[in-house]
Amino acid sequence: MSAARSYYQEGGFETVIGLEVHCQLATASKLFCGCSAAFGAGANEHTCPVCLAMPGVLPVLNRCAVDYAIRAALATDSTINTNSRWARKNYFYPDLPKAYQITQYEQPYCEHGRVTFDLDGTEHTVRLTRIHMEEDAGKSVHDAHASWSLVDLNRAGVPLLEIVSEPELRSGAEASAYMRKMRSLVRYLGISDGNMNEGSMRCDANVSLRKRGATTLGTRAEIKNLNSFRSIERAIAYEIERQAEILLGGGAIVQETRLWDADRGVTRSMRSKEEAHDYRYFPEPDLLPLVIDDAWIERARSELPELPDARRGRFVTSYGLSGYDSGVLTASKELADWFEAAVAAHDNPKALANWITSEVLRIANESGAEGETDFSQLPFAPEHLAALVRLIDDGTISGKIAKTVFSKMVESGDDPAAIVAREGLVQVTDEGAITAIVDSVVAANTAKVAEYKSGKDKLFGFFVGQVMKESQGKANPASVNRLLKERLDG
Amino acid sequence: MPLDENEIRRVAVLARLHLGEDEVARLTGDLGRILGFVGKLAELDTSDIEPTSHVVAMSTPYREDEVTTGGDPDSAITNAPRRDGHYFVVPRIIE
Amino acid sequence: MSRLDELSIEEASRRLASREISSRELTEACLARIEVTEPKVGSFLEVTAQLARQQADDADRRLAATGTRTSDTTALTGIPIALKDIFLTKDVRTTCASRILENFIPTFDATVVARLRRAGAVLLGKLNMDEFAMGSSCENSAMQLTRNPWKLDRVPGGSSGGSATCVAAHQALGSFGTDTGGSIRLPAAFCGVAGIKPTYGRVSRYGVIAFASSLDQVGPMASTTRGAALLLQTVAGKDPLDSTSIDAPVPDYAGAIGTAPTVKGLRIGIPREYFVEGLDADVEAAVRAAIGKLQDLGATIVEVTLPHTEYAVATYYIVATAEASSNLGRYDGVRYGRRRGEEQGLRDMYGESREQGFGAEVKRRIMLGTYVLSAGYYDAYYSKAMRVRTLIRRDFEQAFERCDVIATPTAPATAFEIGSRTDDPLKMYLSDILTISVNLAGLPGMSIPCGLDSAGLPIGLQLIGKPLDELTLLRTAAAYEDSCHWHRVSAELKP
Repeated sequence: MSAARSYYQEGGFETVIGLEVHCQLATASKLFCGCSAAFGAGANEHTCPVCLAMPGVLPVLNRCAVDYAIRAALATDSTINTNSRWARKNYFYPDLPKAYQITQYEQPYCEHGRVTFDLDGTEHTVRLTRIHMEEDAGKSVHDAHASWSLVDLNRAGVPLLEIVSEPELRSGAEASAYMRKMRSLVRYLGISDGNMNEGSMRCDANVSLRKRGATTLGTRAEIKNLNSFRSIERAIAYEIERQAEILLGGGAIVQETRLWDADRGVTRSMRSKEEAHDYRYFPEPDLLPLVIDDAWIERARSELPELPDARRGRFVTSYGLSGYDSGVLTASKELADWFEAAVAAHDNPKALANWITSEVLRIANESGAEGETDFSQLPFAPEHLAALVRLIDDGTISGKIAKTVFSKMVESGDDPAAIVAREGLVQVTDEGAITAIVDSVVAANTAKVAEYKSGKDKLFGFFVGQVMKESQGKANPASVNRLLKERLDG
Repeated sequence: MPLDENEIRRVAVLARLHLGEDEVARLTGDLGRILGFVGKLAELDTSDIEPTSHVVAMSTPYREDEVTTGGDPDSAITNAPRRDGHYFVVPRIIE
Repeated sequence: MSRLDELSIEEASRRLASREISSRELTEACLARIEVTEPKVGSFLEVTAQLARQQADDADRRLAATGTRTSDTTALTGIPIALKDIFLTKDVRTTCASRILENFIPTFDATVVARLRRAGAVLLGKLNMDEFAMGSSCENSAMQLTRNPWKLDRVPGGSSGGSATCVAAHQALGSFGTDTGGSIRLPAAFCGVAGIKPTYGRVSRYGVIAFASSLDQVGPMASTTRGAALLLQTVAGKDPLDSTSIDAPVPDYAGAIGTAPTVKGLRIGIPREYFVEGLDADVEAAVRAAIGKLQDLGATIVEVTLPHTEYAVATYYIVATAEASSNLGRYDGVRYGRRRGEEQGLRDMYGESREQGFGAEVKRRIMLGTYVLSAGYYDAYYSKAMRVRTLIRRDFEQAFERCDVIATPTAPATAFEIGSRTDDPLKMYLSDILTISVNLAGLPGMSIPCGLDSAGLPIGLQLIGKPLDELTLLRTAAAYEDSCHWHRVSAELKP
């Protein structure tokens, strides 16, 4: 496939993407047994007869998982089905101990939702087909032996939500932005840690192409194993070109499952799954219907935290921030919390927002993993930033000096006031001192003074710069301006 | 319902049973006759009838979200035909 | 009665409580009886003699403390019983009579087993059965043949064959089996003992190896109805580990039956569809006589109709095999059980482990169940069967508007000859024709002996009750038993 030439562009195609997001619920125990659902433990440490599928064992539903699932339904404006059912999805795989997965099929608990997300300042809305609960499978380790695989069932039975979107996404960037919004939502809701690198959140993408303007859907390929924002974008970009090349060459897309190979940057067919899948779904006889009544839904609604869209709106009205800045600040719950902690310490939301969207986010992005913004690793607290802005606002330091103080705060994590005191960065407001500097600058630049007086107004900036330089940046800029003007124009 | 040996082989793959040829032949006959017998249900008009998947008229009960089991990997693998440490071992899975 | 092993549970319990006998004596009598009779009958896959002696001694210590502040005895303390090899028993091999589990040692007890242990019952061993409870004759065991103690060339019935023979041959005072389509009632009828399949959800299925999850139910067998009642009330009741177990109070069945149970005013329904062609003349005569006896005792007889009876076997073989095909997927040679073919790779390991581990009938049902669930057939078979199941349930709901108990024969004929139906699966399936509807409807059903045919083989009377109304079944059965002698006739272990 040529990188220089885009078959996609050439062919006048439109991309159609639907995502199936799998999100691990942050319950303490598994969906159907009392084993820990925590990540990271010795092999089969978090197992019991139920999740090992010993003969004769039976599942019992974790109430908290349903609570969390209801929150997800409410946050996506979905319809919650009062009666839903459990089903078995039958297939053989060593990490699937029962040889079936307990999931929801014909009657999921949740349908007809929608999610809005922002991409480059434009709001997009994607409808959700359904959300259902299901259990995760275990894990196989393939690289320990040449001819054997190892099976660890710690993850088997961990609760998942599967969130299925309508095929309404039109690009890898949209898919990735949608996924970011989804992660933000589940974190706001406190129902998942949303950690993609630990597999708590991952997705499969159904990708197809059609001629721009066409109304029917093309044949799709399902791409599995998308476990980072970057892989979503890269895999979809690759897949679009792959399909475009086939279609332009007069070929047909095979409906199949493809695996994203991040190392090689390609999707490849999973043809080793020889026979066509026939999961033989049927109602799970070991679990009775799940009934979510109005009282339960209302209780969950009353316990719902403020969600990103509402918080964004509040940031605009309460703090007078722009819609864009509010969107940036509320994209993640941690960031929004961080901002509000800073505002609580010093009431200048606009200045704090500017500092955060420019300086703080840059630092946080540098310290986090790919695509992750990690506030836990920041060397300073929101109160430190608030203190810094307060020093500017009360005239102790200039905005310029503040940048210096900020860098030192990043390095040391020290309180900005302590940095200012230690480094002697307090702003000079003593007009006598500033007048002395002005005098010496004027005296040292007689030629320039003459030019200025003859009408070269632009030179005023030169004098300001010289005074600031002499004062090592500490002179109060307003005083400098006024005194200079008096001296030169007077 | 016509049932041929290829159909039996298809089902055997789904069920992960390595049937011998004699078994394929015998099961083709047996299942054909049984399906002929159960085909009797087609006589009934059930279009307005709700399916029964459970006879118990209750909703599913819950457990509270507490960690009550686990921490015994020795007992997890005690019946395993092949193991490595606390892992189950299977022939290499090829993707 | 002189021999201890011939005591009913209620009589043994009385003598244990009064210290006339010890559990150790009773247990030794049963072990001795097993020693003598087992070569003829073949009930046990494993006799846990050492465990039984230890439990008997424990029981005797508990019984010795009777009347003191630390007393914790129950009616079953010290009573030797045996379990179908479908119940998981911690540290005691549990095979489900299948090669695929031939070396399986459970790490935990089924809820039923835990409750029996807590009550102080003595476990004599694990009993033969049809492999994975799939069969009506016990001939599908991968381990051994079990013979009918009344006539050793006859089958004991299945699938809980060993559970019936051990009681009929006085090897144990009581036993537990499971009933998915008749697997307690049919062998109880064939072996002349009392057996009850409670309402679906009455007894926990946790730790009971699953055959068909929406149909399986645990129940006891004993030589008398009161004995069965004591066993049932010990294990019944809500279990937090089984989501389908019902949270309803469990009556003191034995206490409620009392010494003079009556059927006065009871309406007994007789479904005409259960007395049709193919019903053996001796069976019909004995069952009608038993119904007549109940009428003499004060019951009212009403005719009822269960019009969808003829569809029950077909419905059952779709629902049960579909569930079984999924339930048996876990026997894959990965975590436990027999493994074969691993040197040829994963697919062969699955295929060979299962091909060699399962017997012919199990494979037949896995194949049938897989087929009816597979793409393109689900609606025609599985979905259809679930709807017909609704019709069968409704039949009973309507019949029970007119009666309190339904009485029928348990089986169309008495125990058949070993080997006579093994070549014809369909003919074997029809052995359950009179018991299957009860499972599809989830109702309690019971079989008690009501006569012998011309060959000297026992005949079973089936009683079917309303949901959770085991008590009326037990009371009716006990009233009948008190008026006749059939439960006191013993099998002679003759060819």
